[in-house]
Amino acid sequence: MNIHEYQAKQLLKQYGVAVPPGDACKTVDEAKAAADRIFAAGNKLAVVKSQIHAGGRGKGIFKDGFKGGVKLAKSAEEATAHAKAMLGNTLVTKQTGPDGRVVSTVLVAAAEDIKKEFYLAVLLDRANSRPLIMASTEGGVDIEEVAEKTPEKIIKEHIDPAMGFQAWQGRKIAAALGLKGELAGQAAKLFAGVYKTWWEADASMVEINPLCICVGADGKEKIVAVDAKIGLDDNALYRHKDIQEMRDLAEESPLEIEASKFNLNYIKLDGSIACLVNGAGLAMATMDIIQHYGASPANFLDVGGGASKDQVTAAFKIILSDPSVKAIFVNIFGGIMDCNVIATGIVAAVKETGLTLPLVVRLEGNNVAAGKKTLAESGLTIISGDSMADAAQKVVKTVAK
Amino acid sequence: MAILVTPQTKLLVQGITGEFGARHAKLSLDYGTQLVAGVTPGKGGQFFEHGGHKVPIFDTVADAVKQTGATASAVFVPPPFAADAILEGADAGLDLVVAITEGIPVRDMIRAKQAMAGSKTRLIGPNCPGIVTPGEGKDSHGGCRIGIAPGYIHKKGNIGVVSRSGTLTYEAVWQLTSRGVGQSTCVGIGGDPVNGTSHLDVIKLFMADPETKGIIMIGEIGGSAEEEAADWIAKHGTKPVAGFIAGATAPPGRRMGHAGAIVSGGKGTAEAKISAFKAAGIGVAATPSDMADTLLKLM
Repeated sequence: MNIHEYQAKQLLKQYGVAVPPGDACKTVDEAKAAADRIFAAGNKLAVVKSQIHAGGRGKGIFKDGFKGGVKLAKSAEEATAHAKAMLGNTLVTKQTGPDGRVVSTVLVAAAEDIKKEFYLAVLLDRANSRPLIMASTEGGVDIEEVAEKTPEKIIKEHIDPAMGFQAWQGRKIAAALGLKGELAGQAAKLFAGVYKTWWEADASMVEINPLCICVGADGKEKIVAVDAKIGLDDNALYRHKDIQEMRDLAEESPLEIEASKFNLNYIKLDGSIACLVNGAGLAMATMDIIQHYGASPANFLDVGGGASKDQVTAAFKIILSDPSVKAIFVNIFGGIMDCNVIATGIVAAVKETGLTLPLVVRLEGNNVAAGKKTLAESGLTIISGDSMADAAQKVVKTVAK
Repeated sequence: MAILVTPQTKLLVQGITGEFGARHAKLSLDYGTQLVAGVTPGKGGQFFEHGGHKVPIFDTVADAVKQTGATASAVFVPPPFAADAILEGADAGLDLVVAITEGIPVRDMIRAKQAMAGSKTRLIGPNCPGIVTPGEGKDSHGGCRIGIAPGYIHKKGNIGVVSRSGTLTYEAVWQLTSRGVGQSTCVGIGGDPVNGTSHLDVIKLFMADPETKGIIMIGEIGGSAEEEAADWIAKHGTKPVAGFIAGATAPPGRRMGHAGAIVSGGKGTAEAKISAFKAAGIGVAATPSDMADTLLKLM
């Protein structure tokens, strides 16, 4: 699950990580009040940041032409004007796709006087199943580029899950980043806080980019997480009610939300051939084989081990809500699942939804003969595939006209 | 003869009284698996009865092991309690724990895997379909079936199958069996980002197993386990290997069903894995329909 920057900063703050003072605002009035507070506190500059689950906000453009999803402001009036321009508007960035995202919240925060930008992240290192801290002096840029061009500039420190993050590790990373004196101590404490956030919140990834050395109003240097991105482990949400409440349905595809209600694992894609499959690996392979034969999958859909008649019907309805769908490929390997149960479910779903699009069904496994018979005798136009390749070729042919 | 389990392996099922555990305990018994015990805390003293079998249930794994001599466990315990069940199995000194459960928090598995380092207990999974060593009877009856795979698709033979996926594994197995080619052992290592046993771990066992003559390896996007295995095979492999990688069409950054099936930060792409396979001389099936034929061509 993804959360917004302002929510990520809330979590980090709970674990003692320094973030710029600011408030999430859903209305222009809230934005004005927040901006007033920031300037009243002695800050010279504020920043208004659109809250969406996508990066590239600074360079993004709103659909009405307003430029920039992250804007500085020298006064409360200017900040309020930015907020007004952003709230309710649709922001298009390199990562949102051409449809963009509606901005319903802006973060109005103090804009720090930034002297240096670093990169910091905590994630799982899958190579050894250990938590990993990645830090770099190359902050504020695309870390994947740094990894490719100057990998030596990325510091990696593994954490022993039983011991947790240790103080000497914080000092080690701070030194590796070239930090000295009081600032190094502050940084070490911040690294510990970021790791603690990752561990306690059951995060899959915590990314601070940029992590900054800033000069405060008092002229002293400090280390602050100026931007934050957190992804949470879906498997652990059951034990984080507060984080569950951070879910923003507006950032999720409506069809995906609908599918999750039926325990269907559905991801919308761009193509024209819809898939309905049992098993994630087989579902991915089904998308792949459609592409192999020259067409494009409309979705990933894993009905799992169940696939009751209700789920199959729900799946068909969801698939058919996608206007780009021109054909459907049902690919089932009935292991424990009875192929005739699936076939009966398909026939019922087709009748209930009044399906007229081409439907290719490939059944294999348990009770397959009965399943194929049910399809053949249904009176419906259902194309049968013998093997996965045969079925894929048939369904691709139906959209090739 | 085969790897990890034989038809004589004594199995216990943790979570045998749950709906999911019970259903598959019955199927394993029907297959001829030596299922000798169940473990459900609080239900010790009861029995699990099916088809003439009367399987004793115990409160603890240690008790079950002591009373029945079981050496392997299938964990069918819900996600909040599954890592704990795995560790209980390890503490009881089992040879093998096969964790079927999908949805275990990654943090729990990070801890459990670390706790088991150096232990004599091998963990397979979690989020896996389990292991099958086929038997010699009709539809491979008489073998050892741990987990949820359909028994009848298997056939006793010489091909080792290792995979992160469930139904995609069944495809490969069925292709082999339909061509009259049997399997030594089929191992599902699961779809989670932290697992107990990797592709490479299993491939090393297959390479050392006199009964296994060829290997099918099924992978998917996410992580670098397939590349690690391919690298080793290039240097030390002694038997033909063919493979398939699922997820070439998956969009980056999305979790494709399996918790571990995600391309993160540009890493873990199908493209990279397929390149690694080719560089190692591993036969790459262009589609999942070609997995068996791709291997058979190399043999």
